[in-house]
Amino acid sequence: MYSFIGYYSLILGLIISLPIFFFSIKNLKNNKILDNKIISFSFIQLLLVVISFFGLILSFVHSDFSNETVFNNSHTTKPLFYKISGTWGNHEGSLLLWLLVLTLFIFIFLIKSKNLLKNYRILTLLFQQIIIIGFFFFLIKSSNPFNYVYPIPIEGLGLNPILQDPALAIHPPILYLGYVGSSIIFSSVLAATTLDYISKTWAIHIKNWILVSWIFLTLGILLGSIWAYYELGWGGFWFWDPVENVSLMPWLALTTLLHCVLVLEKRSALSSWVIILSITTFTLSMCGTFLVRSGILNSVHTFANDPERGLFILTFLFILIFISLFIFFVFHKTDKQNLVSFSLLSKETFIIINNWFMMYFLSVVLIGTVYPIFLDVISSEQISVGPPFYHKLIIPFLIPFLIFMAIGPQLKWIKSKLEGKLYLVALFILSILISFFILRNLGTQLLLNTILIGSAFYLFFITTRDLFSKKFKNIAQNLSHLGFSLLILSILFNNIFSREVITNLKVGEKFKNDKFQIVFNDLKKSEEKNYISFKGYFSIKENKNEEKLEPELRVYNQPNIITSEADIKTTFLSDKFITMNTVQNEEYFNIRYQVKPFILWIWLSVLLISLGGTMSLFKKKFYEK
Amino acid sequence: MYGRKVKLRFFFIIFVFLTLILSVFLVLKSLEENVVYFKSPSDVKLIKELENKKIRVGGMVKKNSIEMSSDELNFIITDFKNEIYVTYSGVVPNLFSEGKGVVAEGYLKDRSFFNASKILAKHDENYMPPEVKEALGEK
Repeated sequence: MYSFIGYYSLILGLIISLPIFFFSIKNLKNNKILDNKIISFSFIQLLLVVISFFGLILSFVHSDFSNETVFNNSHTTKPLFYKISGTWGNHEGSLLLWLLVLTLFIFIFLIKSKNLLKNYRILTLLFQQIIIIGFFFFLIKSSNPFNYVYPIPIEGLGLNPILQDPALAIHPPILYLGYVGSSIIFSSVLAATTLDYISKTWAIHIKNWILVSWIFLTLGILLGSIWAYYELGWGGFWFWDPVENVSLMPWLALTTLLHCVLVLEKRSALSSWVIILSITTFTLSMCGTFLVRSGILNSVHTFANDPERGLFILTFLFILIFISLFIFFVFHKTDKQNLVSFSLLSKETFIIINNWFMMYFLSVVLIGTVYPIFLDVISSEQISVGPPFYHKLIIPFLIPFLIFMAIGPQLKWIKSKLEGKLYLVALFILSILISFFILRNLGTQLLLNTILIGSAFYLFFITTRDLFSKKFKNIAQNLSHLGFSLLILSILFNNIFSREVITNLKVGEKFKNDKFQIVFNDLKKSEEKNYISFKGYFSIKENKNEEKLEPELRVYNQPNIITSEADIKTTFLSDKFITMNTVQNEEYFNIRYQVKPFILWIWLSVLLISLGGTMSLFKKKFYEK
Repeated sequence: MYGRKVKLRFFFIIFVFLTLILSVFLVLKSLEENVVYFKSPSDVKLIKELENKKIRVGGMVKKNSIEMSSDELNFIITDFKNEIYVTYSGVVPNLFSEGKGVVAEGYLKDRSFFNASKILAKHDENYMPPEVKEALGEK
């Protein structure tokens, strides 16, 4: 029943695109103001997609297994919360969510852009409509979330238990707000290029959209990372897994765009670069969703299982890229004030340097992610690219990146002088000394680590100094940069000072080495709603501090999967992390105990980074009033 | 002869090219060093020269082959034509069990002994690593 409503409102939603197109094109030529019908129809379209989305949610809530998506991804014994979050935990539902956010954002855009050029608003709407129609077709034709199953199954297949988690329940919607936010940037940049409207006013207006999607993307990546940390039980927060990389790539492009649009806003320069970056960001976001949901990333062979989906999205993406490149080359005129010049020692130069590094990082991640796919297609040789690749190519370049990031904001636009900037050198020496002092007892890679941590401290000190000496004038940027320096510091310290023990133990046994003593006291079984739990009771001694930890094994009934739940004791400075795994028919349990310093700081610093973005958003609002 | 502006732009373009070449070179070089190839037990038997390079071996865990002690795990990976003995100490993923697909990463001691440093965790009961599926399908 709900599926029925959902399906037909989806089709109606697609049909609504017709009048939107009709009135928009009519409105382009005549009338001074935007026709209200366009806004009304956009609202109706949004409403229909919302109804369709709720139709799917209700099908999940009522466990309506005549719906194929529900059948594949839900089960009657699942808690209500995860029934609902199951809606977007699969390919079809997540695409519907994409569509929902697409229509929502364009509606918000129409309401919020009242002071801007009429034709610019209409064209943005039209470009956005092209994307929206593409998604409608894709949903209805090849990933329909409302497919009918007959005979109606009594029970569903269930949602993978590791996805039954609060962080992962809200992770996709937040991430998608970020991804889809870039669609507005994309449509608007195309509209602005066509009308030759790329200007200071436009830059100020689009900056808000860039900020919004950037904040959501940052938070979305953070949530995914936190989830991976406690659920996958490896005790790490970033694995350079292709699925993670595809969310990092649009983030890198978006961050670059955020910095570069500042130059456009303040100095009316770099307009071509802004356009290219906007197109890149959106393309990467769409590739991201597609690659994750279609399963290409696990292997190119799943591609062959459903060639229709892959082909559709690839064609669609190709058309969009073609349109945007066409518009870019035909309509774009290079900066009118081509005489914009700036000296080597200016904010502009440093922003360009920042862009330079960001593009380098982006290409490294892109190549590492895509190369295995290509190689498999071309030579059918299977390879994987692991963390060492990324570490080797990214870490050394972080040093100049951090130093430039520290100095850049200290400079003025156009030209600045070095006088009175002695503190830059003094603080650098101080940072290196502090870093050396902390690390001196560490044998390995002392030089690299000292300089790296020194540079991160450098950024930290300079930004802190800035925060207070300029009386919070630049608080948004300062907070984000401060967050970034803290992030790098905590990641590095986390890497250097982590300790771990891996051993196999039977119940009642004891492990001992010179640092740790681990005792496996007991194992208790209990039955929960949709799984059986085996809880291990461990006591761990390190330097006379005793800690009790209780990791768990869960045997889920539907689908039949065993998961390990790590037990984590979080403190301000470090996390104690234990996981227990079982091997079939063995009395031994596989135990991994880790001490991970500064984990909490990693999360907090990312929050600080996005808080900076939020401040910037509201500061703008404040000035406008 | 040329204006300062032209010169500057010229230098800028050269600079762009140099960094581009440098980064492409770096990326390719570390790709070469850090790429991990996937082999089935039969592929391993065909290797002519043993290199000290990290590889992945995938196939099925042979029935009744798992042996566990307090610091080690031994098992056999098979593709039903050839077998390879694996020793491993480390974290074992939950889906690791006899008769199921597995991918192990590590170094070859010789053509029938493998020292694994990592066993890959995949989170799906029906999941068969695609490489394994293909390795098994080839027979």
